Amino acid sequence: MSEAIASQPQRNIISRLWNDKETRSVIIQIIAFAAIFAFFFFMVRNAISNLESIGKDISLDFLSQPSSYDISQSLIEYSSRSTHFRAMIVGILNTLLVAVFGVILATLVGFLLGVLRLSKNWLTNRLAYVYIEYVRNVPVLLHILLLHGIIVHSLPLPKNALNLGDAAFLTNRGFFIPSPNFEPLFWVVTGLFAAGIIFSIWFSRYAHKVQDATGRHYPVFWINLGAIIVVPVLAYFILGSPITWEIPELAGFNFKGGMVVRPEFVALWIALSFYTAAFIGEIVRSGISAISWGQTEAAAALGLSRGRILNLVIIPQALRIIIPPLTSQYLNLTKNSSLAIAIGYMDIVATIGGVTLNQTGREMESMTIVLLLYLTFSLLISSFMNWYNKRIKLVER
Amino acid sequence: MTENAQSTQATASGDNYAVIIRDMHKWYGEFHVLKNINLNVTKGEKIVVCGPSGSGKSTMIRCINALEEHQQGDIIVDGTELTNDLKNIDAVRSEVGMVFQHFNLFPHLTVLENCTLAPIWVRKTPRAEAETLGMEYLERVKIPDQANKFPGQLSGGQQQRVAIARSLCMRPRIMLFDEPTSALDPEMIKEVLDVMIELASEGITMLCVTHEMGFAKTVADRVIFMDGGEIIEENNPDEFFDNPQHDRTKLFLSQILEH
Ligand SMILES: Nc1ncnc2c1ncn2[C@@H]1O[C@H](COP(=O)(O)OP(=O)(O)O)[C@@H](O)[C@H]1O
Ligand SMILES: [Mg+2]
Repeated sequence: MSEAIASQPQRNIISRLWNDKETRSVIIQIIAFAAIFAFFFFMVRNAISNLESIGKDISLDFLSQPSSYDISQSLIEYSSRSTHFRAMIVGILNTLLVAVFGVILATLVGFLLGVLRLSKNWLTNRLAYVYIEYVRNVPVLLHILLLHGIIVHSLPLPKNALNLGDAAFLTNRGFFIPSPNFEPLFWVVTGLFAAGIIFSIWFSRYAHKVQDATGRHYPVFWINLGAIIVVPVLAYFILGSPITWEIPELAGFNFKGGMVVRPEFVALWIALSFYTAAFIGEIVRSGISAISWGQTEAAAALGLSRGRILNLVIIPQALRIIIPPLTSQYLNLTKNSSLAIAIGYMDIVATIGGVTLNQTGREMESMTIVLLLYLTFSLLISSFMNWYNKRIKLVER
Repeated sequence: MTENAQSTQATASGDNYAVIIRDMHKWYGEFHVLKNINLNVTKGEKIVVCGPSGSGKSTMIRCINALEEHQQGDIIVDGTELTNDLKNIDAVRSEVGMVFQHFNLFPHLTVLENCTLAPIWVRKTPRAEAETLGMEYLERVKIPDQANKFPGQLSGGQQQRVAIARSLCMRPRIMLFDEPTSALDPEMIKEVLDVMIELASEGITMLCVTHEMGFAKTVADRVIFMDGGEIIEENNPDEFFDNPQHDRTKLFLSQILEH
């Protein structure tokens, strides 16, 4: 009897802690964290000791050794005498290049598809639907291989290049296009462009203030468009087109001069963009159609014009639905760009995670680097999109 | 309210009419939804429209602010004829307020922003002035303390009162109501009807689709009964309820009174 009474308070403390919602969740988190940490500690220690036993230590020294392999497309100076580190940078830039261009094109095409899907015109609606269903249901790797195959096999050799107005040439070695040489006066145009952007930020705020104070509306969109696009374009022509173009010319078996866009880049970029666009189209369609027709009617009944209804009522609500899944499509596109290796586009995976890894045998280090790089890109994209999502929420709320 | 009594026998001069509907027909594809509608509403008149579900009541009042297109006949609102001219349609819509069964407030805007949106963007009112106006009408519907909440945080009755205030902020001459209380819980119906009764006493022209007979008796100058896309019968409320002429009207009244 006395024993039972003595042990009572102790049991009570434990059971009270365990039954308290907050303490229980803290306890569970601590246990889970400890377990995960122990597991990884064990794995990493094992891996290191196993590698050591076959004479491999963990080291990043290989990065400063010469790579001794060529890369077909490089945004920075690179040759086979450059280091593995430089090869990795080339790979990172190539991944970023295809990801950035891909996200832009996928967004444009995706929003267009979404709008077409909402169109009342039966034919455009059906065409967009068939396109989306076809593209979404075929693995992206097939799209990439198919497009690459078409470019490489259906375009002619350089000596029979498809000549576009003696300026650009399409061949199976790549698309040869004129490259711009900027003359000093061109910086005036660039300066005006930058000034236009700054002006339009200021003008948007100013117009907002004026509207609040007096009710007067400025055509903000058109004035900003004029400042950013029309003024620099006019200046360009007034200054006598201060860009000289270097036209590619056939020299022997290939073209010299100008710029070359590689078939691998084109295939990867177009395939990834149009594949992701199909998903974005569906996201946009469902985001906009989630806003009930009653919203449009109520706004129309107040006398708001179609454009204003879209800008003030439909889009702010639809964006909130669209942004989170859109973010994950951007992440998918970036990660899917690693399929580049299938057609020999030299991205992160093909450089540091491919040739470098094979030549140096540093699979632990290389793979960790590749993993960390993708993780960084993904976190950057999601934090940007989260920031944007919060911002539109704050502005509209 | 006595001044409204004369409105039923107002002279035919067009100036006296807020709404003129003449030989109007509407089809949804093959379906003839409105058949030969003739209705003149004098300025300041209060009209209650009732009838069984599907009889075309909503469609008819939605034609008045061009949310629905009519295919034949004329609709003249406050002297402006509704044609395909978008300018005319916008002009009419900014003079005609509409309150919907399901409120249709903008969920991403606060209560006050719901009220100031159209004054700012359609009437080009300075923001401060629009906000004063908004608060004025929120006081009229008795929810000024909710101004900075979002619609989702309000009860149905409160949301419908915001919807009324939102329409009134455009200072419309004509108000259309499409079953404003039928999506509300019973205990909230009164607060909305009270606001509408008060509004009615201020001389605005009102067309209201509703089955609230008490409201009709208090406020209406005329009750219109629709069935199968036609106006079957119209009369002042006392005659309409006590002495209906048509069998279909009698049947309908017996059904809603049982209810
Ligand atoms: N957009 C539409 N397309 C086809 N038929 C419709 C549409 N809207 C309403 N209808 C039909 O028109 C008739 C009248 O509808 P409505 O005016 O909403 O009736 P009420 O408001 O009197 O209940 C109903 O039979 C309804 O099914
Ligand atoms: Mg109805």
